[in-house]
Amino acid sequence: MRNKSLISINDYSKEEILRVLDLAGEFENNPSQDILRGKVIATLFFEPSTRTRLSFESAVNRLGGKIIGFTDSSSSSATKGESLKDTIKTVSNYSDLIVMRHPVEGSARYASEVGMVPIINAGDGANQHPTQTLLDLYSIRKTQGTLNNLNLFIVGDLKYGRTVHSLLMGMAHFKATFWFISPKELRIPNEYKLYMDQKGLKYHEHTDFRDIAGEADIIYMTRVQKERFSDPIEYEKTRNAYLLKSSMLKGTKGNLKILHPLPRVNEISADVDDNEKAYYFTQALNGVYTRQAIISLILGLKN
Amino acid sequence: MAKDIKQLKVSAIRNGTVIDHIPANNLFKVINILGLDHIDNQITFGTNLESKKFGSKGIVKISDKFFVDEEINRIALAAPEAKLNIIREYQVEEKKEVIVPDQFSGIVKCVNPKCITNNEDVKPKFRVISKKDVSLKCHYCEKITDQEHMVFI
Repeated sequence: MRNKSLISINDYSKEEILRVLDLAGEFENNPSQDILRGKVIATLFFEPSTRTRLSFESAVNRLGGKIIGFTDSSSSSATKGESLKDTIKTVSNYSDLIVMRHPVEGSARYASEVGMVPIINAGDGANQHPTQTLLDLYSIRKTQGTLNNLNLFIVGDLKYGRTVHSLLMGMAHFKATFWFISPKELRIPNEYKLYMDQKGLKYHEHTDFRDIAGEADIIYMTRVQKERFSDPIEYEKTRNAYLLKSSMLKGTKGNLKILHPLPRVNEISADVDDNEKAYYFTQALNGVYTRQAIISLILGLKN
Repeated sequence: MAKDIKQLKVSAIRNGTVIDHIPANNLFKVINILGLDHIDNQITFGTNLESKKFGSKGIVKISDKFFVDEEINRIALAAPEAKLNIIREYQVEEKKEVIVPDQFSGIVKCVNPKCITNNEDVKPKFRVISKKDVSLKCHYCEKITDQEHMVFI
C-alpha cells in the first residue's frame, strides 16, 4: 500500500481493506500521534466539500503533519485556465501526498498518473469516494463485530448514489445480504445486479422497508433528491417511504445501527438522533481514524 | 469455373492488403482509423456491396501496404469481423482476422461527458469488458461505453 494511490475502492484487496480497518482501530484508541511530523499534505478541493476536507485535515493535524491547499477552485490557478496536469505536477513538488476532490470523473486516476506523489481520491464527481467506503466498512464492523453475513439495508437513491455503489463493491468481499429499498425510478442499476450475481451475493429489492425493517443489521440511508424524479407527484407520494422516523425502529434488532454518509437533508427525522440506534455522527468521527490509517499506510509510516 | 468469371466489383491489386467484410456503415470509420486518408498509396474501395453476412458490406484494397497486427487490430471496434487478405503478385498469400484487443487507448471517445478525457487533454483509455458486442470500460471514469454509443475520434 506504500506509495500506492487510492482512487477507487477496487484498488484495495480484501486484505488491504482489513489492514486499513485494523489500523483505524489503533488510531481510535490513540488518535494523537506525532508520526507525520515534517510531512506536508496537500488538500486540493476543486469543488467545496467542507465535511470531507475537515475530516482529512483533522486526521493530518492529529498526526502532527502540515497542510497546504485550497478549498475551492476559485482560489486555485484552475480559474486562470491551468490544466489539472500542471496543477498536480506543481503541487507534487511541494507535498508528500495529495488529497483531491474534483467534479470531473476520472480526474483522480489521471492525477495519479501525472503526479510524482501518491493521490487519495476524496471524490471525483459521481464516480468514486473510496475513503467514505472504508469509513463505512469500519463503522459496520465496529458496531456489528464482523463484516460477514450481515443484512445490509440500503435506502434511497440507489441509481445515482456514488457511496452506494462503492459500498456494495467493498462489502462484496464479505458475504452480506443486500436489501435495496428505493423508488422504482431510482433502482440499483443492472450492472451492479450482474456484478452481485457473478459474486454469488444475495439481494432483495423493495420499494418500502416499513414492514421488513426487523431483518436489518444495518440501515444505510441516503439522500433522495427531488430533481431525480421526472414526475414531482411521484416524489411527493414516495418521499414518506424513505423518511426514517424513530417510531419505525420499534421491533427492530438490538444490534441495528443507522448509518448515513451525511449531509442529511430530510431523510432521517431529527427524533432518530436521540435513539441509541442512530450512528451517523459517530460514523463521521470514524472517518478521521480511517483517514489517519490510510494516510500513514500510504506514506509508509505504518505497515 | 464460376469463380473465374465472377466479376470483381473492386478491381484486383497486385501487391498489398485487402480488408473485406467491413460493415458498410463503418467503412469510412475504418478508413479514418487506419489513417488511409493521409497516405500516398493507391487505394480502391467499394461500399454497399452485397453481403450474405451483413446485408451490405464495404471493402478496401490498399496497394503496397502491409499492416502490422497492432495497427490492424485498431479497426476491431468498427469492424470486428473484418477479414484481411495479404496479396502478392495477385495471389492471396495470407489470410488474417481482426483480434479485439484487451485494452487500448485513443480510437473512441468515452461516452460520459463528465469524464476527464472529455474535459482536458487526456487520451481516452479503455479495458474491453465484452468482445462480442464490443463494450468498453473507461480507465478513468469507470463508465461503460457500448457499441451503440461509440464515437470514433
